[in-house]
Amino acid sequence: MFTPAVAIAGVVMVALNFYVLFAGADFGGGVWDFLASGPRRQAQRDVISHALAPIWEANHVWLILVIVLLFTCFPAAFATIAIALHIPLTLMLLGIVLRGSAFIFRSYGSDEDATQQRWGRVFAIASIVTPVLLGMCVGAIATGGLGMTSFTGHFAEHFIWPWLTLFGFGVGLMTLALFSFLAAVYLTVETEGTPLQNDFRTRALCAAVAVFVLAFGVLALSWRAAPIVREGLMAGSLALPIHIVTGISAVTAIAALWTRRFKLARAAAAAQVTFILWGWAAAQYPYLLPPTLTIEAAAAPSRTLVLVLWALAAGACVLFPSLFYLFRIFKLQGRS
Amino acid sequence: MPDLFAARSQMGVSLAFHIIFAVVGIGLPALMVLAEHRWRRTGDAVYLELAKRWSKGAAILFAVGAVSGTVLSFELGLLWPEFMKQAGPIIGMPFSLEGFAFFTEAIFLGIYLYGWNRISARAHVIAGVVVAVSGAISGVFVVIANAWMNTPRGFTLVDGRFTNIDPVAAMMTPASFPMALHMTLAAYAATGFAVAGIHAAMLLRDPTNAFHRHAFAIAILMGAPAAILQPLTGDISARYVAQQQPVKLAAMEGQFVTMRGAPLRIGGLPNVAERRTKYAIEIPHGLSFLATHDLNAEIKGLNDFPEDVWPPVPIVHVAFQIMVALGSFMALVALIVLFCQWRKRDVVTVRWLMMAVALSAPMGFICIEAGWTVTEVGRQPWVIYGILRTADAVTPMPGLIVPFLTFTALYVFLGVIVAWLLYEQVLRSPRGDDVRANQSRAA
Ligand code: HDD
Ligand code: HEM
Ligand code: HEM
Repeated sequence: MFTPAVAIAGVVMVALNFYVLFAGADFGGGVWDFLASGPRRQAQRDVISHALAPIWEANHVWLILVIVLLFTCFPAAFATIAIALHIPLTLMLLGIVLRGSAFIFRSYGSDEDATQQRWGRVFAIASIVTPVLLGMCVGAIATGGLGMTSFTGHFAEHFIWPWLTLFGFGVGLMTLALFSFLAAVYLTVETEGTPLQNDFRTRALCAAVAVFVLAFGVLALSWRAAPIVREGLMAGSLALPIHIVTGISAVTAIAALWTRRFKLARAAAAAQVTFILWGWAAAQYPYLLPPTLTIEAAAAPSRTLVLVLWALAAGACVLFPSLFYLFRIFKLQGRS
Repeated sequence: MPDLFAARSQMGVSLAFHIIFAVVGIGLPALMVLAEHRWRRTGDAVYLELAKRWSKGAAILFAVGAVSGTVLSFELGLLWPEFMKQAGPIIGMPFSLEGFAFFTEAIFLGIYLYGWNRISARAHVIAGVVVAVSGAISGVFVVIANAWMNTPRGFTLVDGRFTNIDPVAAMMTPASFPMALHMTLAAYAATGFAVAGIHAAMLLRDPTNAFHRHAFAIAILMGAPAAILQPLTGDISARYVAQQQPVKLAAMEGQFVTMRGAPLRIGGLPNVAERRTKYAIEIPHGLSFLATHDLNAEIKGLNDFPEDVWPPVPIVHVAFQIMVALGSFMALVALIVLFCQWRKRDVVTVRWLMMAVALSAPMGFICIEAGWTVTEVGRQPWVIYGILRTADAVTPMPGLIVPFLTFTALYVFLGVIVAWLLYEQVLRSPRGDDVRANQSRAA
């Protein structure tokens, strides 16, 4: 059961997990930039952009790793995803391009208010739209709508209906809520000892409620829309333990926010999101693209898989110390 | 517009856009650490100002490079799913390694840009060096992936399917070394000349400005040696093309008939209907000599190949002529500059030479676009040379003109803004003495 293909599928999930925890929070930062309000509105925006600036590009590379591993190790799945989800992926890419460029244009552009505001808007709106599209793509995979192999026939049937579903939209909104939640929780730690901390605490609590509501909504929608995943979520052997640990972390996160133990809240929020993600993975296992394409069936020849595993091991030896160094400088040392 | 053509155009536009930022991402970090290093050694604040401005430029350009690169990695699948389905397991290796190079580059760029006051001087310089090196390495890896498309190796083909694949052999194709070498030097030549050229233009108006003098000196130090090496490494590339892709070579040269002692054509326009290249200056035996280092070697002409494996001949020929012409000009200018410096002349006072450098500012980038046009258009109709036709690799998704036009518009828009920002933030000249005065006031 523990084959190279499964190991690499695991690494893909780990990379996606890091993407969600780090880059997800960067998107969430954009949401709070959009919703900045009250007397400390400008200060909120400043702290967000200060928190993002040194790390967002490194965080973004996790997505590239996911894509590269997919096309190297699961080419059949990659090709199907790229064909069937052409439209939402293209829209997501537009969002990624606009968000990254607008952020940098705002940071390095003229200090004039009008210009700043214009780029700020683009950055914030792209930060909201992109996660929804990402979630919709994940949702489309979970529904099993990408199982087809031939693409002749009606346009909408192949290129639109697989992803434009209520369930998909629910997953999209939930992704957005999760990213916003992560960002707000992280920002409470970043703003230790300032009045801004309260602002972000309130926001984190609101986002937690949104996550909660949406999670139930999505589960309900999965009833009809995503039978395989629903089955896994309800009946798989890992289903109960995963529900329990997710629930515990969610409650811990909220309680810690309530009682102002922000570092604990940060850890719990990250755990909660991680468990949700792995819950999905476990529910879908052994399928990469339900209802037909399994991890093994989609996998590249084992020669490639083994080599990639070695490359990943070597890469990790460079990557993790570097990442640790980056975060130590900007996140752990306190601000200067 | 047919979908295949839209897809090819979108790929071309995206790559042509990305390559500019990728190249600057390789060259500019090198300049910025060089400047910082000199500042630390000499204490001259002008160098610090330079390092800071160049790193601002690097920050802006890197961000656009990163997002446009992301678009590309998706586009490989969005536009060419069949290609990636077959080739992914074979050329995924360099892409995976490249992924780690991106990580290193992005991480240390963050540290470099925002860590001026947070880490030691030494750690800061080292972070800059890591950015520069990992940028070059990531470039080498993508080019290796592309080299495989030109000279596919490392598999056995059974019924049109790749079996028995060997990703390591796929990285060591005959094209890998020549392309990686020529491309990496191209990045240094193009960035070095662009920066030197812009400052040369400023110096023509303001020859004593220390800021521009320092900038010019560092940039030309990087650009000139690389530009001089380009014709030599280009020759290595030409020889692999002659061996591995004779149709491409014939298209580059506008050579229709197979002959011994083929002439080298300078300029000219191939006429495909009449099957000959008109208006070219011909240097007897030149092509045979350059392609094989033998004056009388036989060069295969296009006529020997069926027309359905010809690339668009005029485009490939003209693009090649542009690269060689501008590349030779840059190399010549570089030689003269280095000669003057060797004779201890102050280059900045030689007006005509400064004009020539200013004129070459855009040339490296034009060469790069032209060179990639030769490589990529010259590979047509194949996406994997000799194995998979571009037409068979394209996505079944209809209406591809829409994403093509959207991305084109987006890139034009971003290009304009980036140019404006660079002008505002990086180029606008301070006077060297102002910078020093500011610093002594602050001190
Ligand atoms: C600063 C940029 C630059 C300059 C000055 C030159 N080139 Fe170049 N050339 C490139 C930048 C470039 C490139 C854009 O980087 C290419 C595209 C693919 C590659 O590996 O390098 C390229 C490709 C390329 C190829 C095709 C390789 C292939 O199809 O795979 C040949 C034969 C040459 N070059 C030859 C030359 C010669 C004879 C030059 C003499 C002046 C020259 N190049 C100057
Ligand atoms: C950055 C420099 C590059 C430029 C400017 C460039 C340019 C182009 C152009 C103009 C085309 C369209 C050719 C045509 O259809 O007539 C093309 C096609 C393509 N290129 Fe490149 N290219 C570059 C590097 C690469 C690299 C590094 C790869 C991948 C490893 C790559 C992969 C492809 C693919 C898959 C196609 C589509 C299939 C085809 O048309 O053959 N390119 N490129
Ligand atoms: C010969 C052509 C290419 C060269 C030399 C090149 C080089 C580079 C470099 C140096 C960067 C770092 C970012 C920067 O400094 O702006 C970069 C970014 C990137 N490139 Fe390219 N690239 C090329 C073509 C491609 C192709 C064909 C792809 C897609 C398959 C690609 C994917 C990427 C990605 C995903 C990034 C973003 C990395 C990040 O977020 O840091 N590149 N490229």
